[in-house]
Amino acid sequence: MLFDDPVLASRFLTLMTLTFHIIYATIGVGVPLFIMIAHWIGIRKNDEHYIIMARRWSRGYLVTVAVGVVTGTIIGLQLSLLWPNFMELAGQIIALPLFMETFAFFFEAIFLGIYAYTWDRFDDQRKHFLLLIPVAIGGGMSAFFITIVNSFMNSPTGFEMVDGALVHANPIAAMFNPAMPTKVSHVVVTAYMTAAFLLASIAAFKLVKGSKHVYYKKALYLTMKIGLIFSIATAIIGDFSGKYLAEYQPEKLAAAEWHFETEGGAPLVMYGFLDENQEVHYAIKLPYLLSILAHSNPTAEVIGLNEFKPEETPPLVVHYFFDLMVTIGVFLLVLSLIYWIGIKRHWVFVKSTLFRWLIVCSGPLAFLAMEFGWWLAEVGRQPWILRGIMTVDQAATTSDYVDVMIILFGLLYIILGVGTVVVLRRIFKNNPIEAELKGTDSP
Amino acid sequence: MSLEILGITVLWAFLFGYVIIGSIDYGAGFFNAYSIITGKQHILSRIIQQYLSPVWEITNVFFVFFFVGIVGFFPQTAYYIGTIFLVPGSIGLILLAIRGSYYAFETYSSKGHKGYAFMYGLTGLLIPASLSTVLAISEGGFVYLDGGGNPVLDYTALFTSPLSWSIVVLSIVAVLYISAVFLTWYANQTGDVAATNLMRKYALIWALPLIITAGGIVYELSFHNPSHYERIMNFWWMFGVSFVLWALTVWLIWKRKNYGTAVWLLIGQFLFAFYAYGISHYPYILYPILTIHEGFTNRAMAISLVIVFILGLALLIPSLYLVFKLFLFNKEYVQGKYKK
Repeated sequence: MLFDDPVLASRFLTLMTLTFHIIYATIGVGVPLFIMIAHWIGIRKNDEHYIIMARRWSRGYLVTVAVGVVTGTIIGLQLSLLWPNFMELAGQIIALPLFMETFAFFFEAIFLGIYAYTWDRFDDQRKHFLLLIPVAIGGGMSAFFITIVNSFMNSPTGFEMVDGALVHANPIAAMFNPAMPTKVSHVVVTAYMTAAFLLASIAAFKLVKGSKHVYYKKALYLTMKIGLIFSIATAIIGDFSGKYLAEYQPEKLAAAEWHFETEGGAPLVMYGFLDENQEVHYAIKLPYLLSILAHSNPTAEVIGLNEFKPEETPPLVVHYFFDLMVTIGVFLLVLSLIYWIGIKRHWVFVKSTLFRWLIVCSGPLAFLAMEFGWWLAEVGRQPWILRGIMTVDQAATTSDYVDVMIILFGLLYIILGVGTVVVLRRIFKNNPIEAELKGTDSP
Repeated sequence: MSLEILGITVLWAFLFGYVIIGSIDYGAGFFNAYSIITGKQHILSRIIQQYLSPVWEITNVFFVFFFVGIVGFFPQTAYYIGTIFLVPGSIGLILLAIRGSYYAFETYSSKGHKGYAFMYGLTGLLIPASLSTVLAISEGGFVYLDGGGNPVLDYTALFTSPLSWSIVVLSIVAVLYISAVFLTWYANQTGDVAATNLMRKYALIWALPLIITAGGIVYELSFHNPSHYERIMNFWWMFGVSFVLWALTVWLIWKRKNYGTAVWLLIGQFLFAFYAYGISHYPYILYPILTIHEGFTNRAMAISLVIVFILGLALLIPSLYLVFKLFLFNKEYVQGKYKK
């Protein structure tokens, strides 16, 4: 079959599930903020366009959340099915945020259900708006708690291992592990950033396709402006993440940078390729930048990969994941900055078709960057599932048939993915904005 | 009360909640598919749209709560059950996914697809069937330890055991019965006489098979797991109370009165049977390998889980009350006076 080794098979199935789930999870965390902002502006400015914007976004959001519930349930149970040894150990120390995540999601699901099914029940729009607050908080808290679990896998703390047994467990200390602040803020902020560019690219697409409706211009301006704010925040947090890695997971940073020899004044290596002697060719070398990223000091010493045992270093492919993630992030920051200045200064070209096509690309690119980021985080932790304590080989299931499950879940994800696109298209095609606005005002 | 007893009681309560509200959901999907095939679709479609769509995600969370909670309180179950449950668990997940996607794709958009509704209905029977195999597995006799001490599931033994098939049949019958009783009440609330009569008929049809299969399982346990059978017999009175509540429910449905009381009696019936079964299963999670004492987590984790659980409930109970007030006990919504 595809995989003889249950460890590789388990890794591949987890990769597949997470790669798919994270798309929906990001929308689930990010988009409520935008629904909330649009709804709020609509109430404040008494502008029907923004109210309808909130309503249309929430309609699409509902579909993606439903699929996200499904894929989230799958990954939740798959953790135990594929990594039983890991969950047995980790359950003793990090089950608390997992449990909290369930509550947070429960909270979100309840109020989303109410919000979606009560559009016509409140005479006062502000009451209906209030229902969104728990949705957005619940979504944000879900991301917060589940990312804590992931950060624990990168920097396990709050316990001691004595003869293979976990003792002196302190679940709170485990939650507030060193990786937690940068990881959690990075995930939450990029979820908002990704959602912003997703919604911006939809609006831009409509404008490119010939719609002249001011509704889309309002949506585009709003989302690009918020996208710019979160892009800047992401860049700042990214810098802190570099410092965290240099301190606590230097092997991950070194692998991502192809930084082999420990040295001061280290350059940031972008792209390129490696020959068999681990020489880097055709790379872009930005002098001193790695030292600045790692220690805020251009001459500071950065630990190289050669300091580590070869069997405890991650695959070097993570270098490309890192570079692509950063490149896209910078592109999106610059794009939204130019757009924002351009609108303020009445530059014509930001309204040109070419520029709008660039914005159309921003949504898919943002999702790609997020996938690269997760692959960097997960592959970059190899061979560990719990850094320094348990490897993936020790953690994986001993059960047969994981390869069969790969095929079954693969088919399922294809069906769910295609289904999402088809259904979303159908919802909005059958009910264009012009039809929805008819009777409320004239465009 | 020791922490492990408290933990398992809480988890058992979540599982009980899932059994009841999940059954309503699963059964409704099956009845809907069945009525589409027999050409009575309009009777049930509206009820499903109205009641199930806003709450299905909440139903699903009960299931997630149970398995996240059991990993928290009893981490060793993650190892044993996780290893042996890969195939039935994955099949259950895929079926759950098909079901969830029905809500995502069909009810949020306008027109329905017959084949999809049929699949959705079918999953309503297959999910309880696949998930309930864990109950059969927990009775012991289907798991052996290989050379490395890893648990392995003996599929042949599982698939040829009358006990496991009886449990599968019971889970399906219970789903249909619970769902029919609840929907009789709900349809009656909406004032839909045709739907009420139809659901009442289904409730009465499935009442007797329910008691027969439940009794059959106890009988089969006397061969399969005599020590569990003996402990069940120690709690005969709880099963007796459950039986009386069942009889009262059927009587009320038969007499066409107090459907609301009938639903509460039904919940009571399952509560007694479910807890009697659970208590008699104590102290084993997985006969005879794993007990709740050996598999229990450390004290610090247990206490923090209990605290979070209490705080969480303080948040959730008012929210759930709001949902019930808006969707279940709101006469105007139930009668379809609001548009979506």
